[in-house]
Amino acid sequence: MNTTIMLFLLQDGITNGAIYALLGLALVLVFAVTRVILIPQGEFVTYGALTYASLAAGQMPGTAKLALAMGIAAFVFDLFVARQALHARLIVRAFLANIVLPAIVLAVTLYFAGQKPPVAICIVLSLVIVAMIGLYLYRIAFQPLAHTSVLVLLIASVGVHLALQGLGLLFFGAEGQRGPAVLSTSFAAGALRFTGQSIAVYGITIAFIVGLWLFFGLTLYGKALRATAVNRLGARLAGIRTSLSGLIAFLLASVIGALSGILIVPITTLYYDSGFLIGLKGFVAAIIGGLVSYPLTAVAALFVGIVEAFSSFYASNYKEVIVFMLLIPVLLLRSLAAPAVEEEKD
Amino acid sequence: MSALLSVTDAHVAYGKVEAVRSVSLEVGANQIVTIVGANGAGKTTLLSAIMGILPLKGRVSFAGQDLARLDIEDRVAMGLGLVPEHRELFVTMNVEDNLELGAFRIEKSKAKRSIEQVYTLFPRLKERRKQLAGTLSGGEQQMLAMGRALMGAPKLLMLDEPSLGLAPIIVADIFRIVTELRASGVSVLLVEQNAQAALKIADRAYVMELGEFVLSGKASDIAANEQVAASYLGFQHEGASVL
Repeated sequence: MNTTIMLFLLQDGITNGAIYALLGLALVLVFAVTRVILIPQGEFVTYGALTYASLAAGQMPGTAKLALAMGIAAFVFDLFVARQALHARLIVRAFLANIVLPAIVLAVTLYFAGQKPPVAICIVLSLVIVAMIGLYLYRIAFQPLAHTSVLVLLIASVGVHLALQGLGLLFFGAEGQRGPAVLSTSFAAGALRFTGQSIAVYGITIAFIVGLWLFFGLTLYGKALRATAVNRLGARLAGIRTSLSGLIAFLLASVIGALSGILIVPITTLYYDSGFLIGLKGFVAAIIGGLVSYPLTAVAALFVGIVEAFSSFYASNYKEVIVFMLLIPVLLLRSLAAPAVEEEKD
Repeated sequence: MSALLSVTDAHVAYGKVEAVRSVSLEVGANQIVTIVGANGAGKTTLLSAIMGILPLKGRVSFAGQDLARLDIEDRVAMGLGLVPEHRELFVTMNVEDNLELGAFRIEKSKAKRSIEQVYTLFPRLKERRKQLAGTLSGGEQQMLAMGRALMGAPKLLMLDEPSLGLAPIIVADIFRIVTELRASGVSVLLVEQNAQAALKIADRAYVMELGEFVLSGKASDIAANEQVAASYLGFQHEGASVL
């Protein structure tokens, strides 16, 4: 192997690694706040990517309708929970957030769908649609189970993943899609050629990580989210609703997932079920970070990306195997180093 | 005068085991009420149930409103605060962030004022305001837990074993602050194993044994009760130096 190939592989690895880093951070965030191992993270990726690609190709994405359907379900859930004390204000608020909002987004999507809107509008619409799906998903599937064990939440998570994947097949078909590049310029630096898309990946990843860091460090809601992750009972005693923290965590995770998808889909063809494997690589990074450490997860994600790039060069048939094998020594080391932990009771 | 907190015929069970049986209690405005009793009597269980952490059978009303359907967070918003035995601090966050989060439900302009008030009560916290909560000493953690609860502007603060594991000089400080709270209009429901110290500052007292109240009345009467003295104040000579 010569230096040029090595540099190419490194570049490729870092580009993918940056996306795994975003996904890994979202997984850590959701787990820390809600104790849900977010297997449907991959579906956020495919939904974001394929919604974006469909819109750009002038098609109507089914996800916008799904968002409205889930919003209606969430509204019913809200009414059911509040049935003993129905205030007009509460009903109006739930109606606006769960039905009016997705209906407006659906109308806007319908308006733009036939006319191949500019890239920026496609991005914004895709992000908003997937963000709403993420929010309502938490409300419908996870908030009612919030008090149960990690295992129950994991089973629900697998169920949601399967359901969303099936819906993905229904909405987007079995054919793969590609989307237009977010940035279409490119330039060369020595032997390496940087496409606008890879610059966008680095730029957006860095901006998002800095943004998350500021959000968690400086804002009251960011701190409330951290507090919920550190001590759920303590947070509740301070008046912080765990359901609010859960909603914010799922909102961030779905936006991060959709954004990752939008960044990948101009580089690789994505199918309705591609998200799972991509999400799993973010998961490998999150596990290396122990599902708690954000910086360790980000570094591990870059490592996963680079290992993937090199193994696809040397042993492309085994590239996934090699990436997932990274987990074995990590888990072994962790199980040796960590004391036995009991399932928490709350 | 109607009571600020009133609990009527409360039962709390862990599965089939009833840890609290048929308990009724009242806390009035500007009062310190203490529940004394041995380890395992059900004091912590009762406080947790009043806060909504454990399910309670019976009636609990606070400031004239029935609490039955309200979550912990709603009770906090109504002005009910709990400083639990294990303090439940945000250990990886600094003192100031812990305090700021205590005022999560309060308007920002009011929060600024009350963080200064908390620092006046606990000057030590101001010195350590950038330090992580997990690195504080036990006494400082107790102060921070109380400070965080006070940031929520409670009308009634429930303290669960605030003196547990602390040096006598710090215990005296904490009990002094509890009396200051009463003076500033915050009622306190105090659960203590250190019955001697608790009865000295309290207005009313309940004695709890095996999940039931066996005695209640003015704190000074309870302290003078021979039976109580024999059971709970036996270590009078060692305990006397505390306050």
